[in-house]
Amino acid sequence: MTSALAGDRQATARLLTLVENGHPQGRVALAALYPRAGQAHVIGFTGSTGAGKSTLVGEVARELRGRGKRLAIVAVDPTSPYSGGALLGDRLRMRDLADDPGTFIRSMASRGHPGGIARATRDVITVLDALGVPVILVETVGAGQAQVEVARVAHTVVLVEAPGMGDDVQALKAGLMEIADIVVVNKADRPEARQTLQAIRSARLRGRFTERERVSDATPAVDSVAAEWLVPILETSALQHTGVADLVDAALAHREYLVSTTLWDSLRTGQIKADVEAWLDDELRALAHARLGEARLAEAIDGVLRREWDPAAAAQALVRDLVVILNSATRPEVEQEEPTQEEN
Amino acid sequence: MTETIRVLIAKPGLDGHDRGAKVVARALRDAGMEVIYTGLRQTPAMVAEAALQEDVDVVGLSILSGAHMALVPRIMEELQLRGLADLPVFLGGIIPRDDIAALQALGVSAVFGPGTESQSIISYIRDAVRSDPG
Repeated sequence: MTSALAGDRQATARLLTLVENGHPQGRVALAALYPRAGQAHVIGFTGSTGAGKSTLVGEVARELRGRGKRLAIVAVDPTSPYSGGALLGDRLRMRDLADDPGTFIRSMASRGHPGGIARATRDVITVLDALGVPVILVETVGAGQAQVEVARVAHTVVLVEAPGMGDDVQALKAGLMEIADIVVVNKADRPEARQTLQAIRSARLRGRFTERERVSDATPAVDSVAAEWLVPILETSALQHTGVADLVDAALAHREYLVSTTLWDSLRTGQIKADVEAWLDDELRALAHARLGEARLAEAIDGVLRREWDPAAAAQALVRDLVVILNSATRPEVEQEEPTQEEN
Repeated sequence: MTETIRVLIAKPGLDGHDRGAKVVARALRDAGMEVIYTGLRQTPAMVAEAALQEDVDVVGLSILSGAHMALVPRIMEELQLRGLADLPVFLGGIIPRDDIAALQALGVSAVFGPGTESQSIISYIRDAVRSDPG
């Protein structure tokens, strides 16, 4: 871990592997590094497959590098549900950056997390952040929930649309526009790009964009200053190298906006809250399995199969049993109940 | 804790025939591996840098252009420069039998010619990863 902090790229790469695999050493390193995280600007790119996200991310990275910024790219591709393997092809689109010393590219498979932002991805981003990378570009898989999930890790969400998908804009149909901080119509060199742009602009006029509920309610409301982020709708063409500078300007401006309105802090609080809750879920479930034992769980499930009760009632009964077990374990006059053996 | 095998498949040099590499990449994916496919026209430095950043378990090079004797030494050198001398490297493509010994001397641990069954490559990788103390 210390070598990674000193800038050793191989150490960094190996640390990312340990963290991604949930290795105990990775956990230790992550716990030690966590306090240093929170400075990086995380920009998430989402949008349907075929929208040209990878190429665009590569272009954005080049532009940022041109402005002297060190950065990392985390590119997530889907794991095959059948084989558990994955084809990680995002580096393909980022040839120019492949041996650039100021860019670190890490390809990740979603590994059974269909939303594409598994804990592994969040942890990898945290490590890169903690190691001092100032800008982290995250590219997610294009499908459904992933588009919402990217908001979990990103300060700035860029929704990439491609023209030629009919008159309807995919994201508009799915109601996903609300999560975007910046909307990009890529492949602007195509004739259909005009229509796509129009569709999005008219949706904006109908007021679909003005409220963004991504900020957690855990913090007190930001003072109702008129400072409101108006989602820019930009055109880019990787082929013609147009629009990328504007996109980067918009992303940097968004960061400024978040910092100046203290939304930066509320976003972080919201993300931390969600992370702690997720860990709490895991820890509690592990505790339940350990203290109740698989036999009792199987019994409860059997009860549902025999139609004696429904899954909710089964779970509630298990929790009642768990509470009894935990209570009796802390009362000195009651005989200690041995915790059931459970492999970790 | 998961331990999925990560493989880099790269096409170094100017060779544009990528069908074989893609077939292998897909076969490895179907065998449960994570394949980082870098595509065409990779320089030796790009291949080594990708291997480093992605912390792969094995590197597969696809060369059908006949330039293997020029490219492989440079790739091995770039890997060495980055402290990756122990990373297993295998070669696929059009490789004359006469060159195999020289390639092995350079550090290539397996050469797969055209018509190789994907299963051979899959088995080789699993063995190579198992035996690597890494």
